[in-house]
Amino acid sequence: MSAPNKSYDPVEVEALKPEEVERMRDEALAAVAAAGDLDALHAVKVAHTGDRSPLALANREIGALPPHAKADAGKRVGQARGAVNQALARRREELEAERDARVLVEEAVDVTLPYDRAPLGARHPLTTLTELIQDTFTAMGYTVAEGPEVEAEWLNFDALNLGPDHPARTMQDTFWVAAPDGGADSGVVLRTHTSPVQARTMLHGEPPIYVVCPGRTFRTDELDATHTPVFGQVEGLAVDEGITFADLKGTLEHFASAMFGDDLEKRWRPSYFPFTEPSAEIDLQCFVCRGASVGNPDRPCRTCSSEGWIELGGCGVVNPRVLVACGIDPDRYSGFAFGLGLERILMNRSGVEDMRDMVEGDVRFTLPFGMEI
Amino acid sequence: MRVPLSWLREYVDLPAGETGRDVAARLVAAGLEVETVEQLGADLKGPLVVGRVLAIEELTGFKKPIRYCQVDVGDANGTGEPQNIVCGARNFAVGDKVVVVLPGAVLPGPFPIAARQTYGKTSEGMICSARELGMGDDHDGIIVLPRETVPGTDAIELLELVDEVLDIAVTPDRGYCLSMRGVAREAATAYGLPLADPALLDVPQANADGYPVRVEDAAGCDRFTARTVSGIEPSAVSPIWMQRRLQKAGMRPVSLTVDVTNYVMLEIGQPLHAYDRSRLAGTVSVRRARAGEKLRTLDGAERALDAGDLLICDESGPIGLAGVMGGASTEIADHAVDAESGQVLGTTDVVIEAAHFDPVSVARTARRHKLSSEAAKRFERGVDPQAAPAAAQRAVDLLVLIAGGTAGGGVTDVVAPQPDRTLAIPADHPDRVAGTVYGRETVTRRLQEVGCSVSGTDVLTVVPPSWRPDLTDPNDLAEEVIRLEGYDNVPSRMPQVPPGRGLTAAQRRLRRVGRALAAAGHVEVQNYPFLGEAAFDALGLDADDPRRTTVKLVNPLNHEEPALRTTLLPGLLATLHRNVSRGSGDVALFETGLVFRPRDERTTAPRPPVDRRPTDEELAALDAALPHQPRRVAVALAGEREPAGWWGQGRPALWADAIEAGRTVARAAGVELIVRQDQHAPWHPGRCAALLVAGADGTERLVGHAGELHPRVVKAMRLPERTCAMEIDLDLLSADGEKPVTAPHVSAYPVATQDVALVVDASVPAADVEAALRAGAGPLLESLRLFDVFTGEQLGEGRKSLAYALRFRAPDRTLTAEEASAARDAAVAEAVARTGAVLRGA
Ligand SMILES: [Zn+2]
Repeated sequence: MSAPNKSYDPVEVEALKPEEVERMRDEALAAVAAAGDLDALHAVKVAHTGDRSPLALANREIGALPPHAKADAGKRVGQARGAVNQALARRREELEAERDARVLVEEAVDVTLPYDRAPLGARHPLTTLTELIQDTFTAMGYTVAEGPEVEAEWLNFDALNLGPDHPARTMQDTFWVAAPDGGADSGVVLRTHTSPVQARTMLHGEPPIYVVCPGRTFRTDELDATHTPVFGQVEGLAVDEGITFADLKGTLEHFASAMFGDDLEKRWRPSYFPFTEPSAEIDLQCFVCRGASVGNPDRPCRTCSSEGWIELGGCGVVNPRVLVACGIDPDRYSGFAFGLGLERILMNRSGVEDMRDMVEGDVRFTLPFGMEI
Repeated sequence: MRVPLSWLREYVDLPAGETGRDVAARLVAAGLEVETVEQLGADLKGPLVVGRVLAIEELTGFKKPIRYCQVDVGDANGTGEPQNIVCGARNFAVGDKVVVVLPGAVLPGPFPIAARQTYGKTSEGMICSARELGMGDDHDGIIVLPRETVPGTDAIELLELVDEVLDIAVTPDRGYCLSMRGVAREAATAYGLPLADPALLDVPQANADGYPVRVEDAAGCDRFTARTVSGIEPSAVSPIWMQRRLQKAGMRPVSLTVDVTNYVMLEIGQPLHAYDRSRLAGTVSVRRARAGEKLRTLDGAERALDAGDLLICDESGPIGLAGVMGGASTEIADHAVDAESGQVLGTTDVVIEAAHFDPVSVARTARRHKLSSEAAKRFERGVDPQAAPAAAQRAVDLLVLIAGGTAGGGVTDVVAPQPDRTLAIPADHPDRVAGTVYGRETVTRRLQEVGCSVSGTDVLTVVPPSWRPDLTDPNDLAEEVIRLEGYDNVPSRMPQVPPGRGLTAAQRRLRRVGRALAAAGHVEVQNYPFLGEAAFDALGLDADDPRRTTVKLVNPLNHEEPALRTTLLPGLLATLHRNVSRGSGDVALFETGLVFRPRDERTTAPRPPVDRRPTDEELAALDAALPHQPRRVAVALAGEREPAGWWGQGRPALWADAIEAGRTVARAAGVELIVRQDQHAPWHPGRCAALLVAGADGTERLVGHAGELHPRVVKAMRLPERTCAMEIDLDLLSADGEKPVTAPHVSAYPVATQDVALVVDASVPAADVEAALRAGAGPLLESLRLFDVFTGEQLGEGRKSLAYALRFRAPDRTLTAEEASAARDAAVAEAVARTGAVLRGA
């Protein structure tokens, strides 16, 4: 910057004349308007607003003016520079919008391209079904109990009122574990139900007991469309003061409604299990045909074999003999127990037609089930 | 138990319009498992009539002999003229009565009948076989009817071809329902109708003239009734009605005497045995088997007897397995005519046994000899000991009536004292079991309907009926009341469950592991736990590998796979192979489940009594007999982990993916995984990681392995090349439980980034270099990341360069360049000291 009041310079004074400032401004504005792209605009900006631009140079001379002229000239030059900057900004906006419009069009992609890049996983539907059942009962206040799959014969049978000669014991087609000497009298089996977990819970706990016991169980059935030697169960047990058959009914009906909806009828039938007395089976109205297939050969139903009902599970009032063997005072406490077959529920719920699909681990079967059921 | 509705109506006067399905619904509500209601002859349509064969012309020149018959069908054809019928069967002769189906009829199939041209003749209908009429699958021969049947008679009615049969699966507590008598009792109660009890018969008093019987084991046999019938006509056959009832009930008519015993068993539930009296040697006795005794049973098998087997013997030795199966030596002889002498052969005099045997003894013998019979099935479930005399009487009556026999005057009845079965229950016990109020009157009435005698007021004295040996406990009586009042009529109520605590930490952890693996692109499978030595051989395990020590099954489904898994890998890899062979080549699987490792000290489990809680020592002994059963998780990967696509190249599943799956599991379990180089079957010796965690006490423990499988394993199991796998013991992984995460302090001061490249010997694990850098860098290090691994000539043989980005940040100030550099230098110095690293470019 020049020092104030330097020697008189007619050129500099000429630059601050109004018409000269206007000319510089108009020249700059014309150049801005003429700039066809952002690069050109940048050149215009350097030429007309940079340090060596005419307006910048003019501005530098203001300090040299006599005091009375300073304000006037300063205002004049400032307004001109403001107008140019404004025009520059506007033009930049215009050009950027144009550029963006062009570039964004150029950058358009086909958003319908598939993107199966990350591999998909899934959980087995029997796992997620077990969890859903567990959650339904934990919401009622139950806890989830687990136990060994290779189990003591006493816990699998004897403690549950299935003595060595009980006819039901032979019905169960048990896998027997070899004794250390290879013999059959090891007293150890692959559990045929998850009831030994209930026995363990009673043996090691005190009422009130409210547990569900999910797990794998084993019977010597060959694998076919409707049988598997390894299958899943969720059993439940309540032992408390004053537990009755009515409590069992309320609980399982609540569960059935939670799992399958409120609008299906339930049917209770007497049945027989050594560990419960009285024993019952709960059937659920077939949710496919709702009973319309019964006695109606024109409308057969595969889900319920045209019986109108689907067996949900077996249950009953805990046999007091079981309480005694498990160290619970039957005069003070009573209980109920129930068992649900996971495969059958899944077959019904998801229309699985062949047991083998649940066993073979074909990813095409499992993937559609995703993370929850 | 198959129950023909027509037969049931003989004992209960069911409403006329009541269908099999209606009756089934009532019985189901009363607790009988009616599995099916069979509609016999549902699609059968007449005319189906009795015909008499008038003439037979043998047609020749065809592939098989064919008969052209003239059959008198009375007026059934509207003309009275003989019917001309072509027939391929040969088991009938002129004069025989047969079943003729006339044109216009429909046989089961449905199979409409019309006159048709065949073998050069016009056949006006068919002569029918049992199979064609839906009477049974026994044989293709045509039915020859008894002589007294009249031509033209409607055969649908005669043969009772239209009926409904209820097939009932009888539960072990309801042995009495293995009889018409028992099912009829339930039906009568369900309909509130009287029962015509077929066991209510006049039976003569026992006397000294009966066939001599000696019961030496009263515990095994508490009743033995014997009756005799003589002069049976060997050629007599069972009447049609009896044959049809037997057929409908699922039994095959055999011979008159055998049919009668079977019929009475079906009717009353008492298994009977008929001995050919001429083949019996003296006194019949009941005793246990002696060492070395043998018996040839009716099925022809020679059986070595066990000291526990209860036998029927005569003076020659064993003649039957009591309550299970008779012996061949005293078998009823079929009717036959000796070809040479023309003498009529066959049993004429019989001894009928109606006995009651100990259910346990019968069950054990049946199981021991793998011999299931209709008799054993009933004795195991409990037979009415009071029904024996009536059943014997019924058999005698039928043999007299049908076979022209003469009842012997002697009546044998050896009876041991019956135990007192009286029960006392509070009158409101059923109320307290059900959770509703029935009241004493209802309870008393229902128990009486079951057959109990009931007396008392507040406390009821109840004597269950002889046919209900299952009623032993107060709850058994409660069940009878509740079921007859209807389970559907019990109210529904929710118990007051105390507040729960939700899932345990371990249960939540297992779910997280499953979700994390699935979210990372693995598909869960659930494999059977069975395997054999071949699986371990395929994995290349050493002979002394502990995984070869297995829990074995006595009765495996497949003898190639008699053991329980000690590792999840064989099942998982087999499933992987199955998926690949079905065309899913890019596959990532996981499984969680138990493996079974025998204890060092193997014991057998005790069987404590059940009338009390086992002692803690007994419970400990039970658990000590069980193998270790840790829960594991395993992953197997093959093919592409990421497919190629428009975005670029794909990426094969690598050893690193298997290890990363391990880290995924550990992260889900809230545990930090330590990875070390290892060599462990079945993994590739150069591509195998040991997976460890640091315990609470600072010691490291091995929790699993991961990496690429050994090429030999891949080949042996026919897996895709470079298949990778991981297996972790979840119980070990999580043995320290979970602590709450301590939140980090998040500094808002700027980060200072420093990169270093370190050259180390190729054998130095990156994990060691990283650990040294972390240790040396000190607390200012915020994070460290290996961003490049480089080998090349300029580094020299056997050297590698590891390039790390280090980020430094202070919690309380902006770091100066000097501070960051100093921290980096300290990190490098530690790496140099620990691993012999050389700073690259330095
Ligand atoms: Zn249906």
